[in-house]
Amino acid sequence: MDFTLRIWRQENEQSKGRFEIYKITNVSADSSFLEMLDLLNQQLVDKFEMPICFDHDCREGICGACGLYINGRPHGPDDAITTCQLHMRKFKDGDTIVIEPWRARPFPIIKDLVVDRTALDKIIEAGGYISVNTGGVPDANEIPISKKNADIAMDAASCIGCGACVAACKNASAMLFVSAKISQFAMLPQGRIEAKERVKRMIDKMDELGFGNCTNTGACEAECPKEISLTHIARLNREYFAAKIS
Amino acid sequence: MSNIFSSSVGKKFLMSFAGLFLVVFLVVHLSINLLVLKESPEAFNKAAHFMSTNPVIRIMEIVLFGGFLIHMIYGVIVSIQNMIARPINYKKTNNSQTSYFSKYMFHTAVVITIFLVLHLLDFYIRAKYIGGVEDVYYEGIKHHDLAALVIARFHIQWVVIVYVIALLILGFHLHHGFQSAFQTLGLNHPVYTPVIKAAGLIYTILITLGFICIPILIYFFK
Repeated sequence: MDFTLRIWRQENEQSKGRFEIYKITNVSADSSFLEMLDLLNQQLVDKFEMPICFDHDCREGICGACGLYINGRPHGPDDAITTCQLHMRKFKDGDTIVIEPWRARPFPIIKDLVVDRTALDKIIEAGGYISVNTGGVPDANEIPISKKNADIAMDAASCIGCGACVAACKNASAMLFVSAKISQFAMLPQGRIEAKERVKRMIDKMDELGFGNCTNTGACEAECPKEISLTHIARLNREYFAAKIS
Repeated sequence: MSNIFSSSVGKKFLMSFAGLFLVVFLVVHLSINLLVLKESPEAFNKAAHFMSTNPVIRIMEIVLFGGFLIHMIYGVIVSIQNMIARPINYKKTNNSQTSYFSKYMFHTAVVITIFLVLHLLDFYIRAKYIGGVEDVYYEGIKHHDLAALVIARFHIQWVVIVYVIALLILGFHLHHGFQSAFQTLGLNHPVYTPVIKAAGLIYTILITLGFICIPILIYFFK
């Protein structure tokens, strides 16, 4: 397969970026999107040109490192996957593919397509943890938790913190991410003890870092590689009001 | 720690609460307006008289203006913050699967605000401050003949067109706003959320068509 790629190149956070156009030929339909970029980088290196920087790590959809805004969608034209799980067969031969970095004020560009997502870690540091030592693995059913609640907590915990929700949101809001991190504790008795402080601190940090406000468009839910549901955002709102009122 | 109403979630709470209040107001407004379609103008004029003299309604009117102001002011603040949150926009516009109207809440709000100002100037401010509305007497009590004013207005073609367009845009705003307010208030439930969404759609259609039918029916049949 042959493609025309329009890729955002930017030296560092301060410098002005621009789109560069690259042609790539003989790409296997079965190669992943990142493998296609590897191929392009190899060709650039062979010509003594600077390769394109992009984030990647596990390449099996579990780490949340990769993140590219491909043809107007975070993680590209497929549902419930990360960019590393996207294959070139999802495109048509001869397509022009526009590749951009995540765009949000709290995600400054480090180089080319690599953005600094430390802001998400800062939100976690503000309260996304349980501050007691939990020791070894407890015995099964030592603390009774209903299957329903366990499932909700587990669904929330599947968030890999890739930032696609922020990238997709027209307001660059991090509400889906924060709501998943709140819900995974809020649904479990171990998390209830610090629940009020946690939600207040995490929301304050989210606002302080300059993420936008949620307007319930649902773009985050549509683009989340782990299909985190908007119901978690409603739970976050409930938790926040309850914590503020009491 | 931030104040509940300075945080992002708190601001949204105020906006949705005020929004739902305005949703209720539209029902009251429409039910009175429909009286203008009756053969005799008496019922509509009496209702308008009641609304402008009853002390409880007078207090509610202040609350209503407060509701509009809160909804607008927080809407502007939230929208500005959202623009700042993404200083450099994407080259390729987002094509995620989202509800269409949710992306244009600010745009529809601007149109509705302009319409609201014109609408208030033409009816509310005119009747209350500018004058020029004919008087009519029922049981010896002086009433403004607002029905005559409304009917005269809706015999002007461009006024009817402006109203129909503005009301359709209001419908787009309500379509997202109704169910979005419940989500923001944390009221999301596997069983009830689809009910809320359906109720929102029915409400939006009834309110929009209800208001639109008034200028159209008056223009063609009164």
